[in-house]
Amino acid sequence: MTTRMFGEPIQRREDPRLVSGDGRYLDDLGQDALAAAFVRSPYAHARVTDVDVTDALDVDGLVAVYTYEDLDGRVAEPLPLLIPHPSLHAPRTGYPLANGIVRHVGEPVAMVVAVDRYVAEDVASLIRVTYEQLPVVVGIAAALRADAAVHEDVADNVAAHLVQEVGDARAAIDAAPHRLHLDLDIERSASTPLEGKGVYARWDPADRSLRVYSSTQTSTSVRFAVAAKLGIPVDRVEVVTPDVGGGFGVKIVHPWPEEVLVPWAAIRLGRPVKWTEDRREHFISSAHERAQTHAVDVGFDDDGRLHGLSVTFAHDNGAYTPYGIIAPIITSTQLLGPYKPGAYRVEFRSVYTNTVQVTPYRGAGRPQGVFVMERTMDAIARYLDLDRTVVRERNFIQPDEMPYDQGMIFQDGRPLIYDSGDYPAALDKLKKLIGWDDFAAYRDQARAEGRRVGIGIGCYVEGTGVGPYEGAHVRVETDGTVVVATGLTTQGQGHETVFAQVAAAVLGVPVEAVTVVTGDTRRFRYAVGTFASRAAVLSGNAVALAARKVRAKALRIAGEALEVDPRDLEVTDGVVHVRGTPQAQIALKTVAVLANPLRYAFDAEAARATQFAVGGSLDKPPVADDDEPGLEATDYYSPLRSTFADGMHAAIVETDPETAEITVLRYAVVHDCGRLINPRIVDGQIHGGVAQGVGGALYERLVYDDAGQLLNASFMDFLMPYASEVPVVEIDHLETPSPLNPLGVKGAGEAGVIPGAAVLASAIEDAEGIPITRMPISPSELWEARREGRR
Amino acid sequence: MKPPAFTYHRPASVADALAVLAETGPDGKVLAGGQSLVPVLNMRLAAPGHLVDINRLGELAHVTVDAGVVRVGALARHAAVERDAAAFAALPLLRQATGHVAHPAIRNRGTTVGSLVHADPAAELPAVLSLLSGSVTLASASGRRTVPAGEFFVGPLESALRPGELAVEALFPVPPKGSGTAWLEVSRRRGDFAVCGVGVLVTLSADRRVAAARAAYVSVGPTPLTVDLAEAVAGLPADTADWAAAGALAAARVRPEDDIHATAAYRRHLVAVLTARAGKAAVANA
Ligand SMILES: Cc1cc2nc3c(=O)[nH]c(=O)nc-3n(C[C@H](O)[C@H](O)[C@H](O)COP(=O)(O)OP(=O)(O)OC[C@H]3O[C@@H](n4cnc5c(N)ncnc54)[C@H](O)[C@@H]3O)c2cc1C
Repeated sequence: MTTRMFGEPIQRREDPRLVSGDGRYLDDLGQDALAAAFVRSPYAHARVTDVDVTDALDVDGLVAVYTYEDLDGRVAEPLPLLIPHPSLHAPRTGYPLANGIVRHVGEPVAMVVAVDRYVAEDVASLIRVTYEQLPVVVGIAAALRADAAVHEDVADNVAAHLVQEVGDARAAIDAAPHRLHLDLDIERSASTPLEGKGVYARWDPADRSLRVYSSTQTSTSVRFAVAAKLGIPVDRVEVVTPDVGGGFGVKIVHPWPEEVLVPWAAIRLGRPVKWTEDRREHFISSAHERAQTHAVDVGFDDDGRLHGLSVTFAHDNGAYTPYGIIAPIITSTQLLGPYKPGAYRVEFRSVYTNTVQVTPYRGAGRPQGVFVMERTMDAIARYLDLDRTVVRERNFIQPDEMPYDQGMIFQDGRPLIYDSGDYPAALDKLKKLIGWDDFAAYRDQARAEGRRVGIGIGCYVEGTGVGPYEGAHVRVETDGTVVVATGLTTQGQGHETVFAQVAAAVLGVPVEAVTVVTGDTRRFRYAVGTFASRAAVLSGNAVALAARKVRAKALRIAGEALEVDPRDLEVTDGVVHVRGTPQAQIALKTVAVLANPLRYAFDAEAARATQFAVGGSLDKPPVADDDEPGLEATDYYSPLRSTFADGMHAAIVETDPETAEITVLRYAVVHDCGRLINPRIVDGQIHGGVAQGVGGALYERLVYDDAGQLLNASFMDFLMPYASEVPVVEIDHLETPSPLNPLGVKGAGEAGVIPGAAVLASAIEDAEGIPITRMPISPSELWEARREGRR
Repeated sequence: MKPPAFTYHRPASVADALAVLAETGPDGKVLAGGQSLVPVLNMRLAAPGHLVDINRLGELAHVTVDAGVVRVGALARHAAVERDAAAFAALPLLRQATGHVAHPAIRNRGTTVGSLVHADPAAELPAVLSLLSGSVTLASASGRRTVPAGEFFVGPLESALRPGELAVEALFPVPPKGSGTAWLEVSRRRGDFAVCGVGVLVTLSADRRVAAARAAYVSVGPTPLTVDLAEAVAGLPADTADWAAAGALAAARVRPEDDIHATAAYRRHLVAVLTARAGKAAVANA
């Protein structure tokens, strides 16, 4: 076959547009729209006693100012709780505009609409809000002390409390030959996509319809949310995602206050309104993640085999829980990684603090879980004086034990059953790739030069491709092009390329013939969204299933036209032909014409197709009862449960004996996400993930002071790594197909970031010989840790 | 992140610029490369009524080496200073330090003189000017004055520039023969403002003994801080001098503070380490 399709590392088809400045992001749209800006709380916890707009009213260009009092209908109600959970006993969500109380710096208090954003900000700065400050809760320790409450009616600040247990972990630990206790912390970080959020809404009063553009990870859900909130028939609302400059989780939350308020104002004013979030707004008012403190008790034998593991942790969920407790649930289940823990007990509390809300950020609770498990593995190895990879290997689930039931309930409410994986093979590859067994010699040589180096490792298993479903529509046009539409959105992952490859492979057309539309509810109405490493698994399979239907129909029609058995037909480069008899053929585009008994006279294709026109029986209607016109089909893929990808990373770091600067010398990744649709794109996902992992381990941290002020709400002080901080990533793949879906694929979107903190902590600890128990770590902290002999 | 409204002026000559600055007084601000000023405006940390854009004043774009001094005009970009071969030959420290200022894109716009006027205690060039005992020439409608570095840096983000004044030129004196310099710093990410940075200037006698040694520091005090290291190393053979002692001496003089990136103690430690390293490097360059 000449067409390059499934499994080929073809170049990303979206890149020429995106890298040459031809992308169309939210702020590129709606040049005629009014601009919105928000007055946001400067206090972490306060009662709003007065909003005085007097000074603002004479500003030229002001169109409207809204406060909570102006909101009506369901817009005045709290924002929805998207993912309830029985253990989330005290869920709380905010209002689109503060209703009397603000609970974090950045919470919206008033909305300004003006002719442009300059004027809108001028007005915002003239609105005088009177606040009566309330006691502030910052940090997990303060939340649990509960000297003050974030929500008046949640006195202990605990939003959720969940325990899962498999076997009797306490007893197993007590009975084990050896025991260790560890305290392990991860601090706050955030998705920080380069493009912040943004919403642009147009109301057409004549058509009574609303179009909303949003920089979101889920246009279909925003559509339902906006329709419900504004009381408009869903049928009159459409939501479109333009190019989106990154999401990493924060844009799966919906509806954001602005996603409700901007369309609401556009309808009220009868004019298009746009809001483009600025960087400071994004830092203080969208969402963060990661902050957790963990206490681990582990019991093991002389070989390092786990007998029992007990983890108790606290999760800082910020001021609200719109997205439920997904992140800590993932930590609690996914920390098990590729291991058999013996008896396992996990307990967590999710607590309120007067900080911006916490929702999943790429990795979503896994980086913390993997950090906990991998630090524990290293601690066991150190205690028993065993090689760290040996301890891991002895605890691995073996390939012949797959599928493996961990006996827990996963984030999707379904059993935590690993579908496939070969962990010993992955470890073997990783050791070769990084040169694990040669490292001792390298360390000695470095030492002789006065250099300090260390090697670290981290293993993970990642549940990907969570349901409930995605769908796809595939149509062959009469010019031979193929249009694929799926409802989930794209934030740079390369869906235009990957879904085209899947469709091209099934249909037998060149990949160039396929165009892909995502995240546009005008084109596909039922979808879930892009998160949880699910797009390739869910939409990839849906595209394959829909394309298979199209192919079957094409072969049937071609069979009739060529008077052959469809089973003898195959499609190559867009041409249907009889296997072994290439001269008996019909182009797919001609089949598309034949599929529609109404021969439009608009193009040459239709004219040419008449030579194949089947006479058709006069006793039958032109479109049979079980048929439809056109060469198109829709199908859905709904997985039984998540599919579990896995991977292992290793890194070599150098620490400066004097300045404590930390340099990553090498970073190696072995990754198994089942069958690879496009290795280049998977590698790209890993590169980006590793960059975020390195960021999370060595640079990024959101720092609140005790008053709840975010001290580094800018890219000046929130240290996202530059290209100069990201190591070259060496990658090797393993392809263990998933038995759960037709394509045999698993998700790859989050993998790169997951073990970053674990791997680098492992390597730094190895270089330094002092326990590393908190991440991220800066040179200053490493130096202080040296002085104290631990961190 | 949009600035409040301001009136924009783009004078075509220094005289015109001075006239506008005289008229607008405290409400006027010079716009040079804009790399520091524009973020300040966008975050509404300052709201000047008038911006006086000097980017058309080509007469101020010079980098020249005169008898014993490198003159840098107000419109010379960091990148031009960094690349200038004659300036490098006369005064390698300019390139050594400027290479640590931000990233190429910012160095292509940002000006050396703008950096001096901005007087960020974390910035490299103010420390370089202090180390070399240079000066800044300020012009106004009523005349010119030259302010030595020691008086120019008044406090964090505060220079001796008065309303109505334009900094037209910085003068970096070329150190005596037998001198060597080095610039070292630790920053969180490449191109970031330093957690601690040090420039060292040593002058050796004919028999390669240390005749003079001075250091200047960034990010360890409210203004660039200079320390005379002579006490620790003067008179000693340069190649075996106790630079660690010089580091210890400097560490006792600096006034670092804690911030979210580093503790004061760590910064003080870096002063000691970097001074020792830079001292040796400066000797090697002498
Ligand atoms: C991301 C980033 C990283 C940076 N990192 C560093 C770094 O590591 N080290 C470092 O030293 N700098 C750094 N900078 C600052 C950079 O060097 C600036 O360019 C420099 O500080 C100011 O120069 P400018 O020409 O851009 O001045 P502008 O931003 O135009 O002006 C700065 C201030 O100086 C005044 N001013 C400027 N020129 C004159 C003049 N001729 N007469 C009177 N007043 C004047 C302005 O009114 C204003 O108050 C960084 C900047 C950015 C954006």
